[in-house]
Amino acid sequence: MHSEPVFDNEADVIGKYQLEPAYWVERYADYLYSYTLARLNDEELARDLVQDAFLSALEKAEGFRGDSTEKTWLTAIIKYKIIDVYRKKSSLSAIKKLSEFNDSEDEFFDPELNHWKKEHWPEPLGVEENDPLHNKEFMSVLQKCMQKLPELWLSVFKMKHLDDEPTETICKELRVTSSNYWVIIHRAKVNLRSCLQKNWI
Amino acid sequence: MKKELKTDLERIAYNCRKATLLIEKKQIVALSSREKMELKIHLTGCYICRVYEQQSILINSMMKKLFKEQPQDVKLDTAFKEDLKQRINEKIGDR
Repeated sequence: MHSEPVFDNEADVIGKYQLEPAYWVERYADYLYSYTLARLNDEELARDLVQDAFLSALEKAEGFRGDSTEKTWLTAIIKYKIIDVYRKKSSLSAIKKLSEFNDSEDEFFDPELNHWKKEHWPEPLGVEENDPLHNKEFMSVLQKCMQKLPELWLSVFKMKHLDDEPTETICKELRVTSSNYWVIIHRAKVNLRSCLQKNWI
Repeated sequence: MKKELKTDLERIAYNCRKATLLIEKKQIVALSSREKMELKIHLTGCYICRVYEQQSILINSMMKKLFKEQPQDVKLDTAFKEDLKQRINEKIGDR
């Protein structure tokens, strides 16, 4: 005779939320796909990640505590997969040196006195007063400049400006030290601004 | 003859490399009081870095906007979804 209580999966959940995997595709596939596409810009890869995320979510289902919605939980799973891709692409680009951007600041600043070299002086761009965020041409120049950034730099910016991740998280996930983090931000911004000026003025 | 920077103040006044780093840092974390003072001294005398600061702030908001402007309602094709649904159902059935 069976004396142990029999729990079905759902009654066993501690928090108030439950998983209903049979409805995942209908409810979240498009959402997770858009979420991933916005971060990775690669349809094929985004589809793969959505599939991966669902399948690994099934395997982890027993660890679901029910203290967040299944949407939040699934998003967290795919987010880690996206960061994994950031990390892989970053190390790949470090080896291949895919970027045309300068990896040193000596291009811009005098190596001894540390002031701007004259040929790199930031100049007013002439759009500052005219609602530059709604100037499509100006925005597209920046976008083109961003596409040329090394993967690691771009990943830092995505985590920062798209997901508002705190510095600690970015450093930990992308495996950069905090001093290196400031170097990256600084270098990336100096290069980006310079690219914008070169291609706009 | 190469210019020599003798006093701390002169070094801060010339150091655009550091000033621009502080400008970046300031947009993410609070600067220490020493850093604040150094940046203030530098910016008072350096028009170029003032231009940089203004543009750096602008570029951050442009980046935010560009990242968030990505299409929000892209959809997966039906065949892919059906296939995925089936795989999930098979897996549930296995358990």
